[in-house]
Amino acid sequence: MTPVLEVHGLVKRYGDATVLGGIDLTVAESEVVTLIGASGSGKSTLLRCVDLLEEIDDGRILLDGEDVSDPRRGSRAAAEAQRRMAIVFQAFNLFPHMTARQNVALAPRVVHRLTADEANERADELLHRVGLESFAGAHPDRLSGGQQQRVAIARALAVRPRLLLLDEITSALDPELVGEVLAIVRELARGPVTILMATHEMGFAKQVADRVCFLDGGTILESGPPEQVLGSPREARTQEFLARVIAAGRLV
Amino acid sequence: MTLPALSPLALDRAEYRRSRARRSTRIALLSTVVFATALAVGLVNTPGWPRVQQTFLDPQDAWAALPAVLTGLWLNIRVLVVAEIGILILGLAIALLRTLRGPVFFPVRALAIGYVDLFRGVPLLIALYLIGFGVPGLRLQGVPTDVAVLGTIALILVYSAYVSEVFRAGIESVHPSQRAAARSLGLTHRQSMRLVILPQAVRRVLPPLLNDFVALQKDVGLISVLGAVDAIRAAQIQSALLFSFTPYVVAGLLFVLLAIPTGRVADAVAARAARRESA
Ligand SMILES: Nc1ncnc2c1ncn2[C@@H]1O[C@H](COP(=O)(O)OP(=O)(O)OP(=O)(O)O)[C@@H](O)[C@H]1O
Ligand SMILES: [Mg+2]
Repeated sequence: MTPVLEVHGLVKRYGDATVLGGIDLTVAESEVVTLIGASGSGKSTLLRCVDLLEEIDDGRILLDGEDVSDPRRGSRAAAEAQRRMAIVFQAFNLFPHMTARQNVALAPRVVHRLTADEANERADELLHRVGLESFAGAHPDRLSGGQQQRVAIARALAVRPRLLLLDEITSALDPELVGEVLAIVRELARGPVTILMATHEMGFAKQVADRVCFLDGGTILESGPPEQVLGSPREARTQEFLARVIAAGRLV
Repeated sequence: MTLPALSPLALDRAEYRRSRARRSTRIALLSTVVFATALAVGLVNTPGWPRVQQTFLDPQDAWAALPAVLTGLWLNIRVLVVAEIGILILGLAIALLRTLRGPVFFPVRALAIGYVDLFRGVPLLIALYLIGFGVPGLRLQGVPTDVAVLGTIALILVYSAYVSEVFRAGIESVHPSQRAAARSLGLTHRQSMRLVILPQAVRRVLPPLLNDFVALQKDVGLISVLGAVDAIRAAQIQSALLFSFTPYVVAGLLFVLLAIPTGRVADAVAARAARRESA
């Protein structure tokens, strides 16, 4: 069966700096793959490249076996591919001028061309799923960080993505709000969704991931089942990184 | 749900605050009266006052000039409304053209930039003369010759350049992550612009837009240089008939009256925007 996502030799440069130096990565149907690595190792950049928000300098990105990174396909095809993926950002990026419901219903309405009623219905259903049905009419500035991030997850799910990209979705949150967001992802991970996510929460990665990839200086240094990569890493760099994380108290 | 009754301490403090507020009002009133009286006495006792009063502030002349000036002002208001609508549409269109990416749109972008450079630089009076007297001189079929219409066109052309820059600043002030979020949901460039970027941009630039509107309110009076019988031109005619400058004062006061509500709305909108930013 074709994997949902295949990344071959992905290179991304900003000016002279090579941020991603040849990434190879495969994510199979309903697999949950976690990216870990130090700050600046390129996790966010990789996710943004996969979501076609950044132009790549080399390599290919295949979604369901189809090369979506080919610039010759044009911006319309890119938008079409983006519709099959959804990303949740570190900083939520909700639309401040819309209520929670409008945020979630926007893509179903204008991209999937549902009627306003159908889109609102889908939005309410998803807001219920993330436990925020009572905040459907609230604007983002009236919500806590954790609530905003849950709306952002609902918004991403509203497009019924083949591939869900999560970029350190808890690192902008106060510690007591992390749990409510992770609980939702844990719930999702049990279902049929295919997820590629970057995280600093090693304990969480251990629980939900089928596979963990350790990113270092723009390459995947080590990848494998969580018990192996997090439990008995082969590479010295991975060991160092995990030692630092444990010292910081984040490997629960 | 009823609130719990206030304690005597809280009641006492509330009463104290009210008495302070009443005192502040009294002081403000008193100082205003004193200040205004001093100003009036000072003015009336200047050596030239009787003459000035006669030529600039004659109630009879004012009353006589009022109907004509009001009729003129009605033209100003119509020009104002039409011009403002035209300015908002053209200004927004130019700002949007400048956001287009890709080599195909290079000429469009260049044209938009050239337009802004030209019309932001040219003095309004010169634009009025060139369009008001130059365009009819072409003797083209179907081109308007009414000076009020030509004046309105000149106002639209000049103000659109400013307003497009205001819109552009607003569009650029929306954080790129908002566009990324919109694009990641599969919205096209146009959809992201219309549904995500522009609503936020317009909200942010509403105060400066209203400010430009206030400026336009006065500048509509400049169409009088083309001979359009607006409030200022009417005042000029009345002034010649009555041998008095009072009609100008009447016209000036009417413009001020027109500007006050807009100014207040602009202040309120700016205050609301500031509150929202800090929320
Ligand atoms: N737009 C950009 N222009 C220039 N350099 C960039 C840009 N975006 C990212 N970088 C650089 O790319 C490198 C990788 O950044 P990235 O955000 O992918 O790291 P990360 O692994 O997500 O880090 P963190 O854990 O802190 O989020 C960093 O060195 C960063 O400075
Ligand atoms: Mg990051």
